[in-house]
Amino acid sequence: MSSKPLQLEKVSRSFGPVEVLREISLSIARGEFVAVVGPSGCGKTTLLNLMSGFDQPSSGLIARDGQVRMVYQQDGLFPWLTVAENIALGLRHLKKQQEQARQTDELLRLIRLEGFESHYPHQLSGGMRQRVELARALAGQSDILLLDEPFSALDYLTRLRLRQELARLLDERPRTVALVTHDIEEAAQLADRVIVLSERPAQIRYELSIAVKRPRDLTHPEVVSAIHCILTELGIEHDHERAAGKSLAALTE
Amino acid sequence: MAVETTENTNAAKSFLLPLVVVVALVALWTAVWASGAFHESALPSPIAVMRGFGEELKSGRLINDLITSLFRVSCGFGLAAALGIPLGLWLGQKLSARIAFLPIINFFRNLSPLAWIPFAILWFGVGDASAIFLIFLSAFFPVILATMAAVANIPTVYFRVAQNYGINGLERLTQVTLPAILPQIITTLRVTAGLSWLVVVAAEMIAGRDGLGFAVMDSRNGLRTDLLVVEMIVIGLIGVALDRLLVQLTKIQSVRWGYER
Ligand SMILES: Nc1ncnc2c1ncn2[C@@H]1O[C@H](COP(=O)(O)OP(=O)(O)O)[C@@H](O)[C@H]1O
Ligand SMILES: [Mg+2]
Repeated sequence: MSSKPLQLEKVSRSFGPVEVLREISLSIARGEFVAVVGPSGCGKTTLLNLMSGFDQPSSGLIARDGQVRMVYQQDGLFPWLTVAENIALGLRHLKKQQEQARQTDELLRLIRLEGFESHYPHQLSGGMRQRVELARALAGQSDILLLDEPFSALDYLTRLRLRQELARLLDERPRTVALVTHDIEEAAQLADRVIVLSERPAQIRYELSIAVKRPRDLTHPEVVSAIHCILTELGIEHDHERAAGKSLAALTE
Repeated sequence: MAVETTENTNAAKSFLLPLVVVVALVALWTAVWASGAFHESALPSPIAVMRGFGEELKSGRLINDLITSLFRVSCGFGLAAALGIPLGLWLGQKLSARIAFLPIINFFRNLSPLAWIPFAILWFGVGDASAIFLIFLSAFFPVILATMAAVANIPTVYFRVAQNYGINGLERLTQVTLPAILPQIITTLRVTAGLSWLVVVAAEMIAGRDGLGFAVMDSRNGLRTDLLVVEMIVIGLIGVALDRLLVQLTKIQSVRWGYER
């Protein structure tokens, strides 16, 4: 296997006259966690669909090496299966029932949902369902994890908790990850590399590496500084000291 | 303990209150009958109906007619489900087939199966085959339409998940498509079973020599209004029982999601 499980070269995608992605080049290293942030409707889901192989680019090349699993923006759990049965989908390659059951139990412990194995998705809260989705995606031997705004439907505290959980799960079972989100905090707290997309047609506007080991605190100086850099790049935050100095100067003039 | 008591009172209530209504209705019926507003031959007394019921039980005719009608409904309805569900599955997945067949299926869906009675008799004669054919027609088209709609509306995310986890081909059909539509299929079966039960009575009235529908016609011809009421009560009760039976399907754990969301 190459050391680049996912490579995109000048990938563009249009839907009829609507140009959504323009010449995106991006390669993700084995075990790397890349977050792609961008405004709603800029083409993030489109990008993940291309990465997953579900959709084909209008032009450009995509190379994929390894088994892909995607965690979807909407409910992707099968509602007719219990929590344990949903997770066991990720373990279908195991021939021995016993081994499947053992690994399912282990994953249930990992996402702290012991005792809920026979519950159905509709009997769980949104946060619990997201955890099951993560467990299912992490079960077994997939290589590449594609996450489409997996926490966007959750309340703030649950989102913070699940971020930590994801970081912990990846620590135990490393994967190559592409996370798509409009949440800059989430990207800065989780990713090794953050890619900022422009408005449609989306192009890579800015790239930033964060070299702190996961799990990280949201208030870790590097995380805060990364958030600041991204927001400044987007023109949302300004350098306040310099701005304050300028306005003072303006006043004294 | 307190909980148990309320549960008991609820159970008692849900049994007693309907009973009160039934008793009141019978009382009203008796009063109307006693007032003489209807001619004796037009409205039987509750006592006469009870006697008629005993008579029917003793002769065994009622049971025979009941079994005959249930047999016909089971065949016609079973056939409609066995053919309609696979056809609906196919149409739900093939847009061009859907475009081609939808208008004609809609046409037959809206054509009363009773309009087929003359042809049924011409083709199949009077008896089981005619009745089964008519019941089949009453259930077949609604089952196709409902299955088709259910399949067409399965969220694509389920199929993409299936692909991610290596569920393909026949497995996809049995592990994704079917469970995804099962709640709607069960609802459809409940509705169409009711429809079939309505149709069997009409079918047997005209195209039968036995069965509950024929019994109704026979009692009318013999001016036995007491037996007529007995048969009406049995037909209504069996209809309710059929629905109660099919409701049990909605209690299967893996379809609950379809009714609770
Ligand atoms: N299948 C499609 N057909 C037509 N347009 C599409 C399709 N999928 C996405 N689009 C368009 O592409 C744009 C980006 O969509 P999407 O990738 O879902 O954005 P995001 O996930 O960033 O919110 C939207 O303007 C949307 O209308
Ligand atoms: Mg999206």
